[in-house]
Amino acid sequence: MTTTALPLPRLDSLWRRISIWRVIFYAIMAAALYAAYLRAFHGLGSVSNLSDEFPWGIWIGFDVLCGVGLAAGGFTLVAIVHIFHIKRYQPILRPAILTAFLGYLLVVVALMFDLGRPDRIWHPLVMWNPRSVMFEVAWCVMLYNTVLALEFAPVVFERMQWRRPMRIIQFISPPLVIAGVILSTLHQSSLGSLYLIVPSKLHPLWYSPLLPLLFYISAISVGLAMTIFESWHSSRAFGKQLEWPLLMGLGRLLAVVLGVFLVMRLMDLSRRHALVLALEPRPEVYLFYIEMFLMAAPVLVLLSGAVATRPRLLYLCSVSSILGFIANRLNVSVTGIQAVTGASYVPRWTEIAITMGLIAAGFAIFRLAAKHLPLFEHAPAGNGREST
Amino acid sequence: MANALLFDSTLCVGCKACETACAERWKLPYNEKIAEEQTLSDHKLTVVQTRGESYARRMCMHCADPTCASVCPVGAFTKTALGPVIYDASKCMGCRYCMFACPFQVPVYEWGSRTPKVRKCDQCHDRQMAGKVTACTEACPTGATLSGDRDAMIAEARKRIAENPAGYYPRIYGIQEAGGTGMLLLSKVPFEQLGMPKNLPNQPLPPLTWNVLSFVPDIASVGSVLLGGVYWLTHRREAVAQAERQPEGRLS
Ligand code: SF4
Ligand code: SF4
Repeated sequence: MTTTALPLPRLDSLWRRISIWRVIFYAIMAAALYAAYLRAFHGLGSVSNLSDEFPWGIWIGFDVLCGVGLAAGGFTLVAIVHIFHIKRYQPILRPAILTAFLGYLLVVVALMFDLGRPDRIWHPLVMWNPRSVMFEVAWCVMLYNTVLALEFAPVVFERMQWRRPMRIIQFISPPLVIAGVILSTLHQSSLGSLYLIVPSKLHPLWYSPLLPLLFYISAISVGLAMTIFESWHSSRAFGKQLEWPLLMGLGRLLAVVLGVFLVMRLMDLSRRHALVLALEPRPEVYLFYIEMFLMAAPVLVLLSGAVATRPRLLYLCSVSSILGFIANRLNVSVTGIQAVTGASYVPRWTEIAITMGLIAAGFAIFRLAAKHLPLFEHAPAGNGREST
Repeated sequence: MANALLFDSTLCVGCKACETACAERWKLPYNEKIAEEQTLSDHKLTVVQTRGESYARRMCMHCADPTCASVCPVGAFTKTALGPVIYDASKCMGCRYCMFACPFQVPVYEWGSRTPKVRKCDQCHDRQMAGKVTACTEACPTGATLSGDRDAMIAEARKRIAENPAGYYPRIYGIQEAGGTGMLLLSKVPFEQLGMPKNLPNQPLPPLTWNVLSFVPDIASVGSVLLGGVYWLTHRREAVAQAERQPEGRLS
């Protein structure tokens, strides 16, 4: 198989591109900061269109549900490399762990906006209700954040050349990676379980007793898609070579996992006799088709083998599955609820500003980390990392 | 025995004396404008709604197995032995899962506050503890709202339907809905015309999540052992392969 080296863009055009992104970045950040100020001093009502009728908006539906899912590449690759010991995926492991770590940190930040009393975010630590899915998610996310910090720590230790802490991490690594995979399994599926409690409020195209399983499998698929997506962009941004054979491997895995997801989804719909609902000409039904198309298209393309020589197509497949995943989570958390309850909700600009601010911050921190930390092992010398 | 309220919409004249009494008890503002409002909100924990020819009363249903209590991550809700479902604001962190999950769309939020709380009717738990009826029951001039032992309330409701079959829709809302509630409704028209959700299961909702959650310890323990086994196998295989490549090497 060939490795595709991508030509570096000419310097002046690069500069122009970066400066435009800079402007956009600062604009988003300014808007987000203003929204954050409003949130902190004037309460949730002043920044969101949330209401008693519709208490969970895009901060839950996108920031938390999609954020946690998009960070699933971390545990998926850790499982592949460390547990199944398929070592050739090592070169893309660290960026995947970083993506996950950043993702989870940003989810926690998003929660600080969404919780009515962010000062009490620690309450589940001491006030227990094991019957609550939210309680379980809170614990898992907290523990998994710790695991991710430890899984990412070696990158920092390596940079600092701290040998002792490095050895300690290596020593506890086996239980650590296993704990990470278990915790992820639990809370990725539990995000689906959150919605099991609303059989009368969620549209039957999405409400299913299988929600936890469906959430878990789709999280794995989007984790793989994100890893492809993020490798593609890293290779362009940092002028390093595309790990093409590895990405092809992930692409094949993506096709399988996504395929399993789709088959399960359709079987579940037909078993619940919900498929007929997909014939009604209603807005949520169109959204259902969009979601299904975005997920099914990459499976077909990947299985057709057309990507073998076309990295760009693989990249597009990953984008499509990511968008399909986002559509699915938003359909469960927003539109599928609205379709049944008739609740009105359109996010206010401040809600969107904070969400975009978090995404922008994520990209910026990733860039910084990529610049200053040994993120891409085995990066070919010379055109490797940018100088600092 | 748990207590319950019985609201008979055929007796309600829409005077809103219950709203006034409730606002007074919670020390919430009440005026003509608020009286006009047709939804529950942080300053209106019970509401008398005009629905066609009938009046409907909305408030917390005080479910026998309350969804709110099961979903709250910090256990801010308690189903008391007396019947009322009460809320402890000092625990609440404001995730609003209770609002999202309540099948009757009851808990409301103080959206305008910097330190917001969830709010809902507590069926005058303190008054009931003291052996009194709820403030709304006391205020109701027509007896449309009654309170007392749940079985007695059900018996009373059955009696009313039996004595006047033409005047009632032949069902009592709340005996089974979502596993049974501490608020029973009588009406002349089907209950969905009073705005009550009609697609609720007759079983309590909390088992829907508990059935899955109860697997957590199994997934954690069996999963760890399984993954541990895979880890050991894959790494062992590599160690063996390495040892075979250099015959004098030892298995480590
Ligand atoms: S009606 Fe809603 S708030 Fe009231 S006890 Fe039932 S679940 Fe809780
Ligand atoms: S908003 Fe408060 S009371 Fe409601 S579920 Fe969350 S922590 Fe519990």
